[in-house]
Amino acid sequence: MAKSIDVSDLDIYYGDFLAVQGVNMTIRARAVTAFIGPSGCGKSTFLRSLNRMHEVIPGARVEGKVLVDGQSLYEPGVDPVAVRRQIGMVFQRPNPFPTMSIYDNVLAGNRLNSKKLKKSAADDIVEKSLKGANLWNEVKDRLGKPGMGLSGGQQQRLCIARAIAVEPQVLLMDEPCSALDPISTAAIEDLIHDLKSQYTIVIVTHNMQQAARVSDDTGFFNLKGAGQPGHLVEFNPTEKVFANPDNDSTEAYISGRFG
Amino acid sequence: MTTLEKNPTPTESDLLPLTGPRLPTYAPALVAVAALALGGVLWLVLGSSVALSAFVAAVVFVVALPSWSRAVEGSRSAVDRLVAALVWVALLFAFVPLVSLLWTLLDKGLPALSPEFFTFSMRSVFGDAQGGIYHALVGTVLITLAATLISVPIGIFTAIYLVEYGAGNRVAKTITFLVDVMTGIPSIVAGLFAYALFVLFFGPGVRMGFGGAVALSILMIPVVVRSTEEMLKLVPDELREAAYALGVPKWRTITKVVLPTSMSGIVTGVTLAIARVIGETAPLLIIAGKTDSVNFNLFDERMATLPVFIYYSYTQPGIPAAPGYERAWGAALVLIAIVMILNVLARLIGKAFAPKTGR
Repeated sequence: MAKSIDVSDLDIYYGDFLAVQGVNMTIRARAVTAFIGPSGCGKSTFLRSLNRMHEVIPGARVEGKVLVDGQSLYEPGVDPVAVRRQIGMVFQRPNPFPTMSIYDNVLAGNRLNSKKLKKSAADDIVEKSLKGANLWNEVKDRLGKPGMGLSGGQQQRLCIARAIAVEPQVLLMDEPCSALDPISTAAIEDLIHDLKSQYTIVIVTHNMQQAARVSDDTGFFNLKGAGQPGHLVEFNPTEKVFANPDNDSTEAYISGRFG
Repeated sequence: MTTLEKNPTPTESDLLPLTGPRLPTYAPALVAVAALALGGVLWLVLGSSVALSAFVAAVVFVVALPSWSRAVEGSRSAVDRLVAALVWVALLFAFVPLVSLLWTLLDKGLPALSPEFFTFSMRSVFGDAQGGIYHALVGTVLITLAATLISVPIGIFTAIYLVEYGAGNRVAKTITFLVDVMTGIPSIVAGLFAYALFVLFFGPGVRMGFGGAVALSILMIPVVVRSTEEMLKLVPDELREAAYALGVPKWRTITKVVLPTSMSGIVTGVTLAIARVIGETAPLLIIAGKTDSVNFNLFDERMATLPVFIYYSYTQPGIPAAPGYERAWGAALVLIAIVMILNVLARLIGKAFAPKTGR
C-alpha cells in the first residue's frame, strides 16, 4: 500500500516570493526519507507541498510536478481533500483536538470523513492505531479522558495514532520530536522504525543524529542567502550523506561548521 | 573565568541592603478606617453632605497612606502605595452607582412582586385594581426570541465567512468595517429602519412584534458577529491543519473542529448580545407599540414589552399614581433579574462547552 513520490522541477511560492526552487527527487516507498538543513531553507514548505497542505496558506502556490505512483498531485482535476486522505501528516507541535477524548481523537479522521463505523470496528481501529503509535499501554484505561490531558510526548504519539488510523499511503512528519524530551523522542524513533514496513515516511528534522538514526535517504536543503529561495543541495542514501557527501556545503553543515 | 587574585573580604558598603523598613500589613486598613472616621465626623457632627464627606475621606486616604509610606519606606514604595490607593478608591466609587441602583430596585420593586403580578395583564385595570406584567413578559420573551433566531444564524455565518473564507480580502474588510459601523447605530435609528421597512409592506401605521424583533436583530447582529469572530480567531490554525491533514473537507473542519472548540465563547457572546438588546426601549416603542392586552401573535397587532411597559407605567401611571409607579419598579426589577439570569446562564453554558483538560 505504500507509495513512492517523484518530484520534478518543483518551485514553491508564497505569493510572489519564491520560497523553494527547482527540487528534483525520488522518495522511495517503504523507506524513511529525512530532510535536513538550516532554518528557513524550505524543508517544511517542501514537505507541505507533498500533500497539498501548502496551499492552505493564502497566496501560496506551486509550480512543477509531484507524482505519487505516477499520479500527478497538481493536475487541475485533483481534489486536495482526497490527496490528504492518502498522505497523512504529523506536525511539529502536538495538536490533538481539544474538544475530543483520546478515543475520539484517534477516530477523528474516520468520523470526520463521515464514515459510519460499528462500535466493534471503531474499537479495533483505536486499539490498532494506539498500539501502532506505541501509546496503547499508557492510555488504554482512560480512553474517554480528554486528549489534551496527556503529556507532550503522549500527545504527539496520539497525533501519530490519529494520522495512521486513516491508513494513509504516506506519512509526512514535520519535526515531530522538536518539542519532546529524549525519552519520548526515542519512543517516536522506534515507532518510525516499526512503521517503515508499511508506510512511506518523510521526516523533517533539525537533529542530524536523528536523521542518521532513522532514515534511509537524506536530503540536504540550503539557501544561498537571506531572501534567496531554498534549494535541494544533495539527495543521497543516508550513509553516504553522513560519511562521504558529494557536496562541500553538506559536509560543512553536518560537521557543524555552519548552520 | 577564574582569577588568581584572592577575593577581598566584603566590606559593609559592598553589601546590598536587602531589607528595609516596611509599614505593618494592617497599615492600609488603619488609614482607611481613620479616613472613614474623619468622613463620619464631618457628616454626623459637622453636618456636611454625604458626598462631600465621602470625597474628603477618599482624598485623605489617597494622601495619608503614601505620605506615611514615604516617611517610613521611601519614595518607590510611596508611589506604589499611591497607585494602589487610587485603584481602590476608584473601585469603590465605581461600586456606588451599581449598589445604589440594585438597592433602589429591590427596595421599590420587591413590594410589587406577587403571583398576580406575573400572571395578570393590564387589560381593563383602573385605579387600585390588581394589574400585572404578564402581557409585557410574553412580548419581551417572544420578541427577544425572534430577534435571537434572526441574528444568531446571520451573525455566526458572517463571522465564519470573515474568519474562515474571507481572511483579509477586500469583501471581508468591507464587511468588518460595516459591522463596526453597525455596532454604533443608535437604537432609535434601528427602530425607524424597521418601521420604514414594514411600512413598505403593510402600509403606514403598522405595528407588530416581529418588526420589533427585526429592529432588535439589527442591534444584535454586529455584537454576535464581533464576539463570534474573536472566538473563531482564537482557534489555533494548527487544529484546522490537523483536520485538513486527515483529509477532512473544509466545511466539516469548521463544523466539527472549529465551532466545537470555540463553542463556549460563541454561546457566551450570544447570551450577552441577548442581554444587551432585551432592555431596548426606543425601537420597540416605535414598531411594536404599546398595549394592555396579551398578544401571542408576533405578526399581528401591537405587542407590549417590559421596557415599554416601564416607560408608560412611569410616564402615565394613571390615577391614583402609586400602583403605576410600583408596577414600573417591579417590572424594572424583573427585567434586571432576567438580564442577570442570562449572564449567569452564559457562564454556566460556557463552562459546560469549554474544552476539557482534565487528566
